[in-house]
Order: sequence, then C-alpha cells, then structure tokens
Amino acid sequence: MRTLERHRRLQDIWASERGWKGWTSSVNHTDLGRMFLVTSFFFFAVGGVLAMLIRAQLATPHSAFAGPELYSQFFTMHGTIMMFLFAIPTFEGLAIYLLPKLLGTRDLAYPRLTAYGYWCYAFGGTMLLVSMVLGIAPNGGWFMYPPLTGPIHSPGINTDFWLIGITFVEISAMAAAVEITVSVLRYRAPGMSLDKMPIFAWYALVTAIMILLGFPPLILGSVLLELERAFGLPFFQVELGGDSLLWQHLFWLFGHPEVYIIFLPAAGVISTVLPVMCRTTLLGYGWIVAAAVALAFLSFGLWVHHMFTTGIPHMGLAFFSAASTLVAVPTGVQVFAWIGTMWKGRPDLRLPMLHILGFFATFVMGGLTGVMVAVVPFDWQAHDTAFITAHLHYVLFGGFVFPILAGVYYWLPHFTGRQRFFRLGEVAFVLIFLGFHGTFLAMHWVGLLGQRRRIWTYETSDGWTAINLVSSVGGFIMAFGLAIVLIEVVLCFFVGRRMPRNAWGAGTLEWAMPTPPPNYNFASVPHIRDRDPLYANPGLPVQIARGDGYLGTPRHDWRETLTVEAARGTPDYIVVYPANTRLPIVMSAVTGLFFLSLLIKVYWFTPVALAGVAVLALRWVWVLGQRQDRGPLDAGLGVSLPHAAEVDRAPGWWGSLFLLVADAVLFGSLIFGYAFLFTVAPGWPPPAWFEFSLLELGGGVAGALAAAAGMRLAIRANRRGGSAWTGLAIAGAGALVVLLSLAALLVRTPPPSGHAYNATLFVLGGYGVLHTLIPLLMLGFLAARVSRGFVSAARRAELPIAGLWVDYMAVVAILVLAVAHLPGVAP
Amino acid sequence: MLAGAGAILALVLGLIALAFTRTGPGTERVWIAGMGLAFPLTVLAALLAYGLFVGERLLPRQGADVVSVQAEGRQWAWSFAYDDAPGVVTEDVLHIPAGRPVDVAITTVDVIHSFWVPRLAGKLDAIPGHVNVLRIEADQPGRYRGASAEFSGEGYADHEFEVIAHDAAGWDQFLRGGTR
Repeated sequence: MRTLERHRRLQDIWASERGWKGWTSSVNHTDLGRMFLVTSFFFFAVGGVLAMLIRAQLATPHSAFAGPELYSQFFTMHGTIMMFLFAIPTFEGLAIYLLPKLLGTRDLAYPRLTAYGYWCYAFGGTMLLVSMVLGIAPNGGWFMYPPLTGPIHSPGINTDFWLIGITFVEISAMAAAVEITVSVLRYRAPGMSLDKMPIFAWYALVTAIMILLGFPPLILGSVLLELERAFGLPFFQVELGGDSLLWQHLFWLFGHPEVYIIFLPAAGVISTVLPVMCRTTLLGYGWIVAAAVALAFLSFGLWVHHMFTTGIPHMGLAFFSAASTLVAVPTGVQVFAWIGTMWKGRPDLRLPMLHILGFFATFVMGGLTGVMVAVVPFDWQAHDTAFITAHLHYVLFGGFVFPILAGVYYWLPHFTGRQRFFRLGEVAFVLIFLGFHGTFLAMHWVGLLGQRRRIWTYETSDGWTAINLVSSVGGFIMAFGLAIVLIEVVLCFFVGRRMPRNAWGAGTLEWAMPTPPPNYNFASVPHIRDRDPLYANPGLPVQIARGDGYLGTPRHDWRETLTVEAARGTPDYIVVYPANTRLPIVMSAVTGLFFLSLLIKVYWFTPVALAGVAVLALRWVWVLGQRQDRGPLDAGLGVSLPHAAEVDRAPGWWGSLFLLVADAVLFGSLIFGYAFLFTVAPGWPPPAWFEFSLLELGGGVAGALAAAAGMRLAIRANRRGGSAWTGLAIAGAGALVVLLSLAALLVRTPPPSGHAYNATLFVLGGYGVLHTLIPLLMLGFLAARVSRGFVSAARRAELPIAGLWVDYMAVVAILVLAVAHLPGVAP
Repeated sequence: MLAGAGAILALVLGLIALAFTRTGPGTERVWIAGMGLAFPLTVLAALLAYGLFVGERLLPRQGADVVSVQAEGRQWAWSFAYDDAPGVVTEDVLHIPAGRPVDVAITTVDVIHSFWVPRLAGKLDAIPGHVNVLRIEADQPGRYRGASAEFSGEGYADHEFEVIAHDAAGWDQFLRGGTR
C-alpha cells in the first residue's frame, strides 16, 4: 500500500463528521482535546473577568461598585471557576490531546468516555454560568464551609448550584482520570517500557491517580451537604449529632492534593519543554519521576494544614507542620533538576522559555511563602489574610499558568499547523509578569498589615488604600497581557507560515506526525527503543508514514490500535474503537437532567433520569459486542495478537478496576465520616443504636459470598467451554439476598433527619443498594449476551468485568451491614 | 524568615541566570543529591525546629495568675464573659488585665468565626459545638483591634471587636463594675 493511499484509507476510517455536527458526535481525542482546551480557556476568561471585578471593588475604600452580597458571589465564583472549570479541565484537555501522540498510539482507552466527560464538563459549567447570569451564584466562599452554607444560614438556591454543578463537572474529572490511568499504563507503542515513557506521561499518570484518590472525598462531602440542605439529614449540624469540622476534613482531603493535581501537569509541561528549549535531554529523569510520586504521597498527608486554626491537638499540629515542610523537598528536587538541565544544555530565550523563567521566579517565591505558612505560629497570624491569597496565587499562577502558557506556545504550531506571525507573545509576557508581581507582591504586604481575605470593603483609616490601588492596577495590566495572548492564539489559527515538521527540534513522538495532526495520529504504530525516539532515529516520521510499523494496513473499517503489557511494553492485544456517535452527548444530557431535577427540586423526575442513564449505559456497552471468534489477528512486523473481546483483562476490566478504586475511596471517606462523628462530634452517642438482627446480617453476608463465588464459577465454566448459566444464577440470587438485607437496613433505620447517626446509616444503606443494583444490572446484561451468542470460551472478556463489580458489591455489603448492626450488639 | 527566603530566592535565580552564560557541571550528583535533597532538608529541619519551639511557647500553660474569659461569636458580633465577674457580659469589647496571661475560650452559636487580635496572638476558630482555648497576653495597657477572620456572610467585613487591656487598678475597677 502506498503512503498516500494508506493516509486516505485511514482518514476515511477515522474522520469526524464535518462542521458543527462533528463536535457533537466526535469521539476522537484530538477533537475533544481541542474542545476541552477552548472551553477551559473560555472559563479562564470568565474567572479573569471576575478577578477584575474583585480588584475594581477593592481599589478604593468604601467602593460603591458592588455590595457585600454581589462581592461574595464574585470571589466564590472566581475561585470555583479557576479551580474546577479552568485548572483541572486544562490538564484534562492537554492530556487528552497529547497523551496518545506522546505514547505512540491512535487514541485514548475509551473514546466515548472522553466525549461523555467533555459534555458533562460543558453542561455542568453552563449550569454555574446560568446561576451567575441570574445573580444567584454560590456565595459561601469556594470552600463552602458549613454551617454558613447549610440550610439554616444559606436557604437560597445559590449553594445548591455549587454542590450539584460541581459534582456534575467532577464526573468529567473522574472519567478523564480513569481514562488517563488506563491509557498510560496500557495504550503505548510497543517497546515503550515504563522507563522509556515521555516524562509528561509519568506526570499525567501520577496526576490521574491523585484525582482518583483525591476527588471522591469532595464528591462525598458535596452529596452529604446537599442531602442536609434538601432533606434535612444533619451531617454538619451540631445540635443533631453532626459536626461542621467533618466538612473541613473531607474538603481538604480533596483540597490539598488538588494543589498538586494542578501543579504536577504543569511540571510535566516544564519537564517536556525545558530540555527542548535548552537543546538537551532532561537531567535526572528517574529522580523526577520519584519526586512526582513522593509529592503525590506526601500531599495526602497534608490536608490538616489548612485547619491549623481550628483547634487541632498539639501533636497533630507538629506532625502536619513537619509533613508540610517536607513537601518542599521533592519540589526542590524537581526545580534543581530543571536548573541542572539548563546548565547541561544551552538555553535559548524563545517564547516558551520566557514563560518558564516566569514560572521559576514566581513559583520559587510562592514555595518560600508556603514554607513560611507551614510554620504554625506564622500561620496563626497569616491565616485568612490577603497574605494567603497572595501565596496561593504565586503557587497557582506561578506553578500552573506560566507553565501552561509555555506549553500553549510550545504546542501551538502542533494545534494549528502554523507558526506565530505577529510577535505579540513577548509583549504579552512582559505585561503578565510585571502585572502579576505588582498585584500579588502588594497583596502579601497588605495581608501582613492585617487585611483579611474576602472583606468587601475597608476603611480609609486602615491605611491600605495605596497598596490596594497598586494591586488593582497590576491586576489590570496582567489582564491586558492575557488578552493579548488570547488574540495571538486565535490569530495563529488563521494567519501564519506553515509549520515545518518538528520546528522546535524535539525528541518526542508527537512531532513525528504532520501538523495539524490527522485523526489517526500514526499511519503505523512505531516500535520504540529510546526515551527520545526522534533524537535516536530522525527518519522515524517517514518510516511511520510508510507503514513500517504495527497495524500499517487498515483492516475492514476498524479504528484499530494495540495495547501493551504495562511495565515492559510488549504487545498484548488489538483494540477496535467505536466510531463517531452521539451517545455520549445524549447520555451526558440525561445525566444533566438528573442533576437539574435535584437542583430545582422536581424529585419525581430524578428516578426517571436515572433509569434513562442506565438504559443508555446498557446501550453503550451492548454495541461493542462480537458474535464470532476472530482468533489471532495480524498486527504487522510479524506479530499476531488477539482481539480485545478474546482476553481475560479487556480495557473494560482495567477501567472498572480504577473506577472502583475511586469508588472505594468514596466509601472509605464515608466510613471515615462515620468514625469521625462517632468519636469527635459533641452530640454522640445517638439516642438509640440500630437494632441488631442476626438474620439480616447473616443473610446479607452469606448472599455476598455466594454472589462472589457464583461469578467465579461462571467465569471458570465458560472458559472450559461449559455453560455460565449456573454461576450467573447463583450470583444473581446472592445479589438479590444482599439487596433484601440492605433494603431492610434502609427501612429499619430511624428517621434520618433526626440524628447524624441515622443519616449516616441511611447513606451507607443507600450506597450499598446502589452498588447492588449495578452488578444486578450487569448480570442481567450478561444473561442477555450469553443467550444472544455474544459470549464463547474465547470471547470471554465481559464476564470478569461483571465479576469485579460483584466482588466490590460483596465487600461493600459486608462492611455496611457490619458497621450498621454491630454497634447495637453491646450497648 | 524573610531574609532567609530572600537569600534562597537570590540563589535560585542566580543559578538560572548563570545557566545562560556558561555550561557547567550537568551531573545528577551535584544538582539532585546536593541542591535538590541535602540543601532543602537542612534548611527545613532548622525551620521546623524553630517553628515548633516558638509554637510550644505560645501554648496555654497552667499558672496561678491566668485569667479565664469566654468569647462567643455570632453573625456579626462577639459576646465576652468573665470567670472573675460572673454574670457580666460585654458586647464587642473584651476587657483583660495587662501583663497577665489570659485564656480565651472561644465558641459560636451560629456559623464558623475566628477570634483574632493580631497584636496579642494568632487566630483560633470558633466552631459550633466545640470550645477552643487561645492564650493571649497584652504587655501594655491599651486598646487593641480584633476581628473575626473567617468569612461568615454579608456582615463579615464589619465583624470586628476591641480588646481593652487595663492596668491592675483598672482591672479591679472593671471587676467591681466600674468601666463597662
């Protein structure tokens, strides 16, 4: 097959629909990565306008610009948008766009999930925008402390927009995290062992795993607070056995890792761009990976440092203070590895490099003030003043925005296929850099003079007028700079010289393709032998285009790629992706209706929407089926590989595994909340414990064990060519018994609005029921698949996936029943 | 702390600037083990020890002449009560004796607030259902500004109070019902 013919064939197979219709049906990572980035920068602009409003208000004392109510909405939405609708989605967009290209494959693990995540983000973000336009935006500060945000002190719908809208948006974060984790571990070019992976992929992997572990506590907290607001379940009301500190723990269990979830991808950009700007390779690759992993570990031990002023016991303070200072070490390792890289090479002052220098200056200062506030006595003074606001902007703007701008300018030729024409970027950089430091240096100062954060105005006699004015002027200069960046990026799509291939002289695979990239990325999948494949073999792009790699001959109309074994990178099996479909956008719209029904309190519609999601989910998995055995398929380069339907650990199994890890963290957070209230909340013990029942507890445990055993039986029988029916029937019966015992728990729980204990039991029971209904649905699905001939001894991939969910149900059911029944045994 | 931070900043930026003028040792041993690991560990250990030492001194200790008062926050005012003057409640003004340690027991009746008198001590939160104790001490008689330092809704900006530190005579007079 000739090169051009191969290109046309692949283009036909992989093409998205033309025009705006293509946006709604595309499942291609390049399209969706671009859509993510455009949307996230739109929200960056919205958040930036809010920041300007804040600075306009604070520029003078007694400003008549906005009252306290409007001002509260400004700063709450500024923080919320920047964190949840800009920073995280920017990482997702960048990773979605880049990862398959860096890893030498054709798409991410779950193309439709990419699209579903994008639409959840777009719809959820729209929800929050609507609240802002209507003037009923959240107003309790971006960390939403109850009881201020509880039903008594915030009766309006403002807070519900936050809790429901953000949870909706977080679906996209969880989807992206599962997808990135599986893609990095399994979807790479053959030969690319873990130690040959591009450094950005390492950062993306660590970040994705952190999202899996870090976001569930926030999602749980939001669910609990919304339950309190909507149905009076008193998790955070001290009079009824709740405790507002529980929210702070759940929030910062998420909130601190969040800082590193934002920083690590940016560090990945620097580790990728900096060596290219210095015409060398990265110094200390292994150390940097180790530092990123260490940072991730440490960040989960730090949440309490946001709560130094809440009256934490003294030993606790010492421990968390030590951990907070320790986190500077892996950061230091990375910073000095980057400086060492600069010494090793010959740095060039091209535009991405300017932003990296901006990063160094800003981030190091932010890190140093961070070490200051990790010192407890200092924090007791600085906490909740403008000093903290300034510190966090140094860390986030320095540690995220500058590197991302470096990345934008570095990959802009890749996105557009063009080089910059007008030299606006250099001017923009100077404005941004000077404006930023003007704004936030001043803010440090005024914070030390005692200006609290979040006050809507101040007195002339406070003596803060001049500093605030400087800060506001700086803010507007920075905004001009960012606006110029926006103009230049938009212009670049229309004006500019064509980009020669690999103009920066980089070594990574994303430059081994034409730009802008074709939807299939690589005409054939290369075999990788080096960390910087283009340095080792400059002829690689031609070989790829010529089809000298894996899967160089298009088969049927399949969108094919192959997976590798996680550590060594040996080829594993062939994956055939689903093609363009509107299922994701429809499913996220129905998901949106579910959240909307909760928001506007049309509760009869909630189960309808849920059922709609379930039906669409069944359709989602149904269309992937195979009705005939394929046997080993030719993958090129003399390798034959099985089809993904004919393996034990299909992509769906890996995705379920990581989704369940996140689910388990959510469940663990719920158990933590239970234990926390049990031991710390003032209103305990509750008036009465749940009444112990041996029948319900024993029945539930037996059902759970039977279900898990049944699935094993089904898997084994099917693999031997026998019938899976007996095993499936046992599993189904076991799950039904579990459902009954959990239903009994829900029925017998005393009114959940009476005490936080009852409310906790109710949520535990509800969680258990949900995680029994899901596997039951899967078992029904499997039964239909078996009877329609989709399952054979070879086509066995779907059984272990359901097995995973049944096992999880068993563990959850046993734990839920135990913690509900056992405290009632010995009063 | 500021001087140290400035020195580190200058060092880092200096190393970056030098990278443009020369090609130096690009070894992992120098940059990672030396600069990346040993250097921050040393600085941080010293800083942590200092922080814990200072923190220890700020902790409430038992003593004969400790004065106990209660602070109760609400949207948007503070009420103060005194162990030494049962029944006396002052609004938005806390009276204390100068030169003696004072334990403030802090709580709230509605949302979370934070008790903060910058010139006397750090801040400590007022959390529903919990009582946190903060040790403050005014060296000199006088008036000190205080504020709530946790966002609490619309009236947050004006949620301020005053601490009046009396000399020994003034304090006696306050307890006997003089200055209110």
